[in-house]
Amino acid sequence: MTSIEHGRAGHPTTRVGTAFEIEAPSPRAIRRQRALTHPGFLFGATVMLLTILVAVFAPLLTTYDPFAQDLTQRLIPPAWTAKGSWAHLLGTDGLGRDYLTRLIYGSRISLIVGFGAAAIAALVGGSLGLIGGYFGGRIDGLVMYFVNVKLAMPGVLVALSLISVFGGSVPVVVGVLGFLFWDRFAVVTRSVTQQIRVNDYVTAAEAVGASRLRIILGEILPNVMNHIIVIASLEMASAILVEAALSFLGLGIRPPTPSWGLMISEGRNFMFFEPYLVAIPGVAIFILVIAINMLGDGIRDITAPEGRN
Amino acid sequence: MIRFLVHRTMIAVLVALTVSIIGFALLRLSGDLASALAGDTAKPEQIAQTAHLYGLDRPLYIQYVDWAGKALRGDLGRSLFSNEPVSFLIGQRIGVTVQLSFMSLVFALAIAIPLGVLAATKPNSWLDRLALGLSVFGQAMPNFWFGLILIIVFGVVLRWLPISGSDHFANFILPTITLGTAIMPAIMRLTRTGMLDALDSDYIRMARAKGLSTGAVLFKHALRNAILPVVSLSAVSLGLLLGGSVIVESVFALNGIGFLAFQSILRTDFPVVQSIVVFVSFAYIGLTLLSDVINAYLDPRIRIG
Amino acid sequence: MITHREPSRSANETVLAVEKLTVEIEVPAGQLHAVTEVDLHVDRGETLCIVGESGCGKTMTALGIMGLLPRRARMRAQRLELEGRDLLAMRRAELGALRGDRMAMIFQDPMTSLNPVYTVGNQMEEIYVRHGKGGHKEARERAEYLLHKVGITAASQRLAQYPHQLSGGLRQRVMIAMVLMCDPILMIADEPTTALDVTIQAQILHLLADLQQEYRMALILITHDLGVVARMADRVIVMYAGQVVETGTAAKIFAAPTHPYTRGLLDCIPIPGKTRRGAKLGSIPGIVPSLIGQLDGCQFRNRCAHAFAACGAGPIALRSLASDHAYRCLLEQTPKRENRQQQPAGAPP
Repeated sequence: MTSIEHGRAGHPTTRVGTAFEIEAPSPRAIRRQRALTHPGFLFGATVMLLTILVAVFAPLLTTYDPFAQDLTQRLIPPAWTAKGSWAHLLGTDGLGRDYLTRLIYGSRISLIVGFGAAAIAALVGGSLGLIGGYFGGRIDGLVMYFVNVKLAMPGVLVALSLISVFGGSVPVVVGVLGFLFWDRFAVVTRSVTQQIRVNDYVTAAEAVGASRLRIILGEILPNVMNHIIVIASLEMASAILVEAALSFLGLGIRPPTPSWGLMISEGRNFMFFEPYLVAIPGVAIFILVIAINMLGDGIRDITAPEGRN
Repeated sequence: MIRFLVHRTMIAVLVALTVSIIGFALLRLSGDLASALAGDTAKPEQIAQTAHLYGLDRPLYIQYVDWAGKALRGDLGRSLFSNEPVSFLIGQRIGVTVQLSFMSLVFALAIAIPLGVLAATKPNSWLDRLALGLSVFGQAMPNFWFGLILIIVFGVVLRWLPISGSDHFANFILPTITLGTAIMPAIMRLTRTGMLDALDSDYIRMARAKGLSTGAVLFKHALRNAILPVVSLSAVSLGLLLGGSVIVESVFALNGIGFLAFQSILRTDFPVVQSIVVFVSFAYIGLTLLSDVINAYLDPRIRIG
Repeated sequence: MITHREPSRSANETVLAVEKLTVEIEVPAGQLHAVTEVDLHVDRGETLCIVGESGCGKTMTALGIMGLLPRRARMRAQRLELEGRDLLAMRRAELGALRGDRMAMIFQDPMTSLNPVYTVGNQMEEIYVRHGKGGHKEARERAEYLLHKVGITAASQRLAQYPHQLSGGLRQRVMIAMVLMCDPILMIADEPTTALDVTIQAQILHLLADLQQEYRMALILITHDLGVVARMADRVIVMYAGQVVETGTAAKIFAAPTHPYTRGLLDCIPIPGKTRRGAKLGSIPGIVPSLIGQLDGCQFRNRCAHAFAACGAGPIALRSLASDHAYRCLLEQTPKRENRQQQPAGAPP
């Protein structure tokens, strides 16, 4: 007697006599399905994609030069207000530069700083975490000691000091921020590595005589990657926020480069009369950061082995 | 528990020592201090004289030991900018920062804990989604910008609150809200997660099976377990607030040590910056140690072991 | 000694009466029919064992009786009465007042059922005080008395200890003492010995049997272990896939298992004196079907060697073999199978 009955996952099971064969979807298919139905992930991914496109195709989207000053066109409010004009959709700033253009080019800074800092932090922190988690013992103690020292130091103050010493160029800012965030990567990577390390397949590789480096790269790293990606997206959001704060204080990206934080700082002087100068870049930061956070949360939900429930 | 705490204290001391060394080394990076001190027009002999005067020509480790010894006795040197003792400068302003940090923490806890508990009792309800939404908002908001917006709305448009200075209590309201919303999300999520885990547990099922009231189940049994990590996080947050207040203090022109540090960085007033960095670090280390102690006390599994 | 015993009424009064208890749970894939129309009753001084494999609905049935179902679950029943009181008509507050007082439940894992941050004494006293039986002092005295009763020495010291300081067997004794604080008439024990060492298991069961006899409680024992059933049960309910498939006295179930599932279960275990050396133990092929969505007919049919078309047609009623033995199957009698070990005595031909 053969009949088709539906098993638990809603996938067909074929019964032959009294034996059972079950077809299950592949992990990749599961992830894709979850990704396509996860609202947070979709929102985050869409906004990220749009921002990247805007950053890359900036020259095509606006004809203005973000650095071009025109003192006769200062402080024009956005197009939808009474005194605005459609020539400058989001108005102009205190030096007559088109605000929309500066916003668009500013996205480049945010993305570069965000990606860059997250990458450096992931590299440094991830490596330390892998080493500490894999080798354990004194080496692990050393790694944790580094992490504790880093945690104890007031990050913002140290970052400000370093930037004041080394200058506010983009590479310096990226480097400094990268060193601000590596601890979270180290802690999570270490913990995950410790968990994976005790699995049988690692022991098997060791028994076969595989070199340590190979084990770390081949067995442990692929499993840790998921976590690193999730943390990377969350730290990227943090990096963007901190860069904005540092630039706002004047110890981040140097003018006249259009950083959103810097734009807020420059707009502060006119804040009471032209609040849009402060509001607009802030909203941009806000939306981008929310999107990245939702993207990170979404990736975490999607790649979790058991799913959200 | 004693063993546990001794262990933690030793680690804390070691970290503190390292931090002091790093803090000390931090501003030696900025190049030749002697010439900066001597001025732009100084001739080489004058620079050398200045170096000798400030003890900058000695080996680094000797300079460190000298500094550390003085620091332990309360002598943190003098500000290069105003020539006042650094300890005096810090003492003048520490009150503002501590008050701001405490108020922000209380504000955050007052919102986060009830919200987290409520959200956990009705998962996936509109209340839960609201709480999570607020948390997303709070974490994504650039807090200096939020401060500015608050200034515009409440200080200028509505004129309800003062927007700068640190003389009156009212001056602290907007800064507290700004800083508080920055740390509120993490605490709320931790409370919510902790409560969800607790409510899912077997001992809560047992408590219900005993017929205990909802209040007893939620507060006596569940919250008491869920609150442990929140206490830790609060102590750590307090430490972070002390260090991170620089931004909010600058926005609201509050005369705290954060603002002082910022001004000193701009003026390359390295004794002040170095002292504040080390001071804040020590405060953080002390607070994490305190949270370890509190945790050990609250959790019988650690306390009695 | 502090007890709250009412004068005993007739010997075999029914403590718990359940009719057509059904539990459904909302899951992403649809409706999960965890429990389907279960009937049961327990009398004073009687032990009813609910047997079945994991996932068959035994715990859900117990939770449904106690009113402790998870949020997503929906329960309905034709009748659910404790000591004649209608539990279905009660509001949450009333039910909460009964739980822990007249009916009590202990769970499988004593390690996780006790709150780690409060002392044993605190957790025992709170149930007494909550149900208005007395103040803290009386509660403490009763707690000490009961700890002693369940065989724990140095009772007053134990009261001041925290759960993590006690061993597994000790913890389960504490649990039993705890639920006896208010002298309940019904105790439900969900796999009380599964998480314990074998030697401790025997002690705990012995303890339960003694206590039950002394206090004349109605005891519902949920287990997947037929050895426990053999030892403790007066009556037995066999559950499969959310339904009762066979019910009867312990003697009848062991002597004359009728439903193919029950027979399969008994085939799987060696019975001293009956199983021949070297004979193969049976096994039931296949797996439990999904309980999500529309269910028709017998849920066991896809593993049953005797299944036929009508088995899948519609609901199957319980058939009585005797006043104290019933089973849910369309077969008049289970035919003999070849290559089987010796039949238990008294099986239908």
